[in-house]
Amino acid sequence: MKKLLTYLLVLLLSLPAAASEVQSEPQEAGSFDMEEYLYGHVRDAYEWHITTVNGRHISIPLPVILVSRCGNGFHCFLSSKLEEGEYQGFMMAPKGSRYESKIVERGPDGEFVRPLDFSMTKNVCSLLIASALLLFLVLSTARWYRRHDASKTAPRGLSGVMEMLVSMVENDIIRPSVGKDYKRYSPYLLTAFFFIFINNLLGIIPFFPGGANVTGNIAVTLVLALFTFFAINLFGNKHYWKDIFWPEVPTWLKVPLPLMPLIEIIGMFTKPFSLMVRLFANILAGHFMILGVVAVIFLTAELGVAVNSGLSVVAVILGVFMDILELLVAFIQAYVFTMLSAVFIGMSRQEPTNE
Amino acid sequence: MSLVTPDFGLLVWMTLIFAIVLFILAKFGFPAITSMVDKRAAKIEKALKDAEQAEKQLSSLSERQAELLEQTRAEQNRLIQQASRERERIIESAKAQAQAEADKILQNAKNEIRAEKQSALRDLSALVSSLSVQVAEKIVRHKLETDPQEQIKLIDSLIEEASRLDDSAGVQRKA
Repeated sequence: MKKLLTYLLVLLLSLPAAASEVQSEPQEAGSFDMEEYLYGHVRDAYEWHITTVNGRHISIPLPVILVSRCGNGFHCFLSSKLEEGEYQGFMMAPKGSRYESKIVERGPDGEFVRPLDFSMTKNVCSLLIASALLLFLVLSTARWYRRHDASKTAPRGLSGVMEMLVSMVENDIIRPSVGKDYKRYSPYLLTAFFFIFINNLLGIIPFFPGGANVTGNIAVTLVLALFTFFAINLFGNKHYWKDIFWPEVPTWLKVPLPLMPLIEIIGMFTKPFSLMVRLFANILAGHFMILGVVAVIFLTAELGVAVNSGLSVVAVILGVFMDILELLVAFIQAYVFTMLSAVFIGMSRQEPTNE
Repeated sequence: MSLVTPDFGLLVWMTLIFAIVLFILAKFGFPAITSMVDKRAAKIEKALKDAEQAEKQLSSLSERQAELLEQTRAEQNRLIQQASRERERIIESAKAQAQAEADKILQNAKNEIRAEKQSALRDLSALVSSLSVQVAEKIVRHKLETDPQEQIKLIDSLIEEASRLDDSAGVQRKA
């Protein structure tokens, strides 16, 4: 019991570390596979797993789109084809290999090679669902505005909520952070906010239309951060570039060794990098936390009914708490990403102060 | 570890999806909403400003009304006072006039009475004299019928008297 509690503590405090511990320990047959459980839920996948009944996985097969790097050409098939092993020269990489849980092909010398993989994975589908939902929400609100005289009536229901959120983001984040020509950036920043927010929310839902760990995927946050990077640097004014290459510091910091310009250039990249990592890490950690709390139920299943049911109650209460916390985090992270993007954009459009 | 290495395929899909969503929303979605919201906010602000102004006007109006009321009351007081003064003055003057009239009437009456008295006195004296003359005549006639001597004596005395009367009248005229 004491050992279990320590184990749980370690699990909650550093989940990846705990997971690797599980890996190092020899697994008993039929016991709960912690690593598979944790990573299986936060990882991208080729099919959308819904549930497992009596050891049979029930999942939605998704299209796999591959371009071979070994001259095998272009391939497109459903992921269910790979369940039996090799299909058209492609297979899932075996456990423990470098490309675990990814599709690979055999190279000329028998090595595993990753093909160019454009599969519509779980995350891609989740992105599509979220985007469709977002487009529906925003465009229906916009349509309401086109059909009504907004200065006479206020929208109700969904449009009302959307309007509240839009004006909240615009008045609280974009306008004060960007400065005078905020209107130019507000569509991007609003899109980023709602995109992140809706994906975060869908990620919390544990079953089909949601449940994918989209905003906790580094590729997704990387793209978002890149968009912000371009929004900052493509429209930066003269003052911004001068501050990077010739900042107002003592000359010996700039010539002959361009210390300050170097730091400023690094800063150009660390800003979006921090955006990328912050969103990714927060959402991923949130998923791990919830998964860890729920894992308690399965981990204690072997310890008898009393312990299991007692800890299950605790786990459910903690899980509810975590879910509510994640709801908050979903909003806060969308807010923070938007606000920092707006602040960085505002900094790139600052006019020199006359001091 | 695969968690921190971005997957190329997902990167491409994400870029594509986000770019399309951004394009559609930036073109058809958010500007329509924000411009309308801004418009409404401006309108609400204007309405609030108007309301404030109206309130200010109203309060100044009520102030003015109170002022006007005060003025009216003062005017009313002044008028009442003036009227009462006027009334007193009119009564006073009416009294004076009446007094004067009464005096005049009284004077007239007195005058008339005096004149009447005079004329009555005159008439009376004329009557008395005529009566006395008649009485005297009767007495004289009676005496004369009885005693001629007496007649002559009377005539003499009459003549004398008459002349005396003439004298006294002449004296009176002279005076």
